[in-house]
Amino acid sequence: MKLVLTEEQRELRGAVRAFLAAASPLPEVRRAVESETGHDPEVYRRLNGELGLAGLVVGEEHGGAGAGYAELALVLEETGAALLPGPFLATALATILLTEVGDKELLPGIAAGTTLVTVALDGGRALNGAEADVVLAIEGPRVLAIRGGDRTPLTTLDITRRQAKVDLGAGEEIASSPEGVARARDLFAVAVAAEQLGVLRASLDAIVGYAKLRVTFGRLIGSYQGVKHRLADMHCKLEQAESIVRYAAWAADEAPDELSSAAALAQAYVGRACFEVARDNLLLHGGIGFTWEHDAHLYYKRAKADEVLLGPPRTHRTRLAGLLEL
Amino acid sequence: MNLQEYRRRARTWLEANAQDTEAEGTPDAGGVAAAKAFMARMYDAGYSGISWPGEWGGQGLTQAEERAFAEEAAGFTLPTYVFSIGLGMCGPTLVDLGTPEQKARHLRPLLRGEEIWCQLFSEPGAGSDVAALQTRATPAEDGWTVTGQKVWTSVAQHASHGLLLTRTDVDAPKHKGLSMFIVDMRAPGVTVRPLRDMTGRAHFNEIFFDDVHIPAENLVGQVNDGWSCAVTTLLHERLSISSGVGMGGRRDNPVAFEALRHTADTADPVVRDQLVELHIRSRALALFNERLSQETKAGVFPGARGSAAKLLLAELTMFQADLATSLAGPGAVAYEEGGGRLAEAISLAPAMALGGGTNEIMRNIIGDRVLNLPPEPRVDKNVPFKDLKVNG
Repeated sequence: MKLVLTEEQRELRGAVRAFLAAASPLPEVRRAVESETGHDPEVYRRLNGELGLAGLVVGEEHGGAGAGYAELALVLEETGAALLPGPFLATALATILLTEVGDKELLPGIAAGTTLVTVALDGGRALNGAEADVVLAIEGPRVLAIRGGDRTPLTTLDITRRQAKVDLGAGEEIASSPEGVARARDLFAVAVAAEQLGVLRASLDAIVGYAKLRVTFGRLIGSYQGVKHRLADMHCKLEQAESIVRYAAWAADEAPDELSSAAALAQAYVGRACFEVARDNLLLHGGIGFTWEHDAHLYYKRAKADEVLLGPPRTHRTRLAGLLEL
Repeated sequence: MNLQEYRRRARTWLEANAQDTEAEGTPDAGGVAAAKAFMARMYDAGYSGISWPGEWGGQGLTQAEERAFAEEAAGFTLPTYVFSIGLGMCGPTLVDLGTPEQKARHLRPLLRGEEIWCQLFSEPGAGSDVAALQTRATPAEDGWTVTGQKVWTSVAQHASHGLLLTRTDVDAPKHKGLSMFIVDMRAPGVTVRPLRDMTGRAHFNEIFFDDVHIPAENLVGQVNDGWSCAVTTLLHERLSISSGVGMGGRRDNPVAFEALRHTADTADPVVRDQLVELHIRSRALALFNERLSQETKAGVFPGARGSAAKLLLAELTMFQADLATSLAGPGAVAYEEGGGRLAEAISLAPAMALGGGTNEIMRNIIGDRVLNLPPEPRVDKNVPFKDLKVNG
């Protein structure tokens, strides 16, 4: 089991973090979500070009970088922390699914950054489903590809990430693999947990920073135990969430037998912890945290949207109970 | 010798010497004699003081060998509890701060289990706020005279030596008037009384000092610099708790997930979800501890982040004893049922949240030293101790 980062992984994380801090700070995020596409295509051009992230886990034979899921998790942590708008996670999920069922047709376009592919989740909802060139749908062991067809944009709680309801009727089968689909579902859980870790971390950073600036009753609020002790508990959640995500990402690459239970653990723990920390970040800000201008609600809403993205949270706990043979 | 070979030899030695050993908690006199005999064998085999300096009786090896042995020993129950205070706290403090004479006199007998040590910091009026202690050491001919009371002292009834923190200057602020001494626990005026705790047993003692003489050469560090010495000891304490030095392994635990899955009614979906919650919390902490350990091996030391691990362990300990007793129902509160192990567990559970720093102190440490939050304003820092409000 490997829970600490290699030198190369730290470099990758540092590069992505620095790029997003410069190219997509929160004021830019707000500007981008108001635009027609809902994200800044120039940021994506550079992410895919300079950093080569579109094809990060796509195999080299399809024009990708052939990196591991541990590397993808690191990048998702950073795009989550930055609340990067647009189809980054959607593309990651599509890449995972196509890779696991052995697709050859769509992966090169994803790696080149020219084809936008997403995955329809429960109820036919797909992240960035309106703008995607191809929507993938899972039916039992089969993977269907839907080009065109009816796409109804939804008004989402999380304004930083769009969704659409997709008519799955016109799908054409591109693969069938019970093992591939099952593994992909576990990997979705790991990928979302990695993003949640980033949202959690950024929420904690925000409130720790504010606790060192904001004064009440003649004192910085971080000096009050009523605040300090809650921040300490939030830090404990971060430490455990990070440990679980590193473990699940390691299992994704190195320990297929442990992947299912690691993935269910990751969603059950990190999904809840992320929402709780994002919630407490907002609450500890006081009234300012309830305003539209303040960023706390953006994290809070992303945390809730992520927590239910792959189904009601109880499904991960039920899955865990089954895997533990309870 | 490479680490794998070291590990293999350690395992061979443990299998030959620690197969039938057992002893949880403080042994009686016969148990102490057996523990001392075991410790002497362990020392002679080179497994006591593995990373301690060779010139004072240690093996002079690295943390890697120390950890390898601890990992191999985790599968055994070693009878080393009575030595844990000496090995984990007093000894390492003397290695760091003792005079050459003190090291030459004390370290080898400590490592070989010939002499048992206890630590004397806490008082009835000074627990979390240990620098508020009131036991006085006043200058006397050839040394010092000590009067006062200590509490929460593990293994003191078997100890020949203690590491004692006293007040030597009441005109200085609280942290600046303390001094540390080595005290002979058999000296006239030292009274050791067992302290019956909430489990009904005496895990700890109270110690009374009535005009006890301490020779001048027993001072550790400088006069009135006892606080920085105590910080050294407490650092070693936290490290020894988290690494389990001298604590031995536990083969079975009636409140852990693996036991409850067999004893609880898992046909009930509520029970299943409670066990899932226990699994989630146990795995989350185990993975965090594993990550800290991997970081340490890579040269990144956890420092104050260890306080998060200690806080989480205290919360998990309470949670699982609470859950196990609730799942068992009425039988859990009768000592006659199931060997009384659940009643024992729920009685013992608060200890982890109190000893070695309460949960509230751990949260202060995480806030102040990990998150670098502003400190609480303090009214006691620069006031002469004699003018300070203290517990009567």
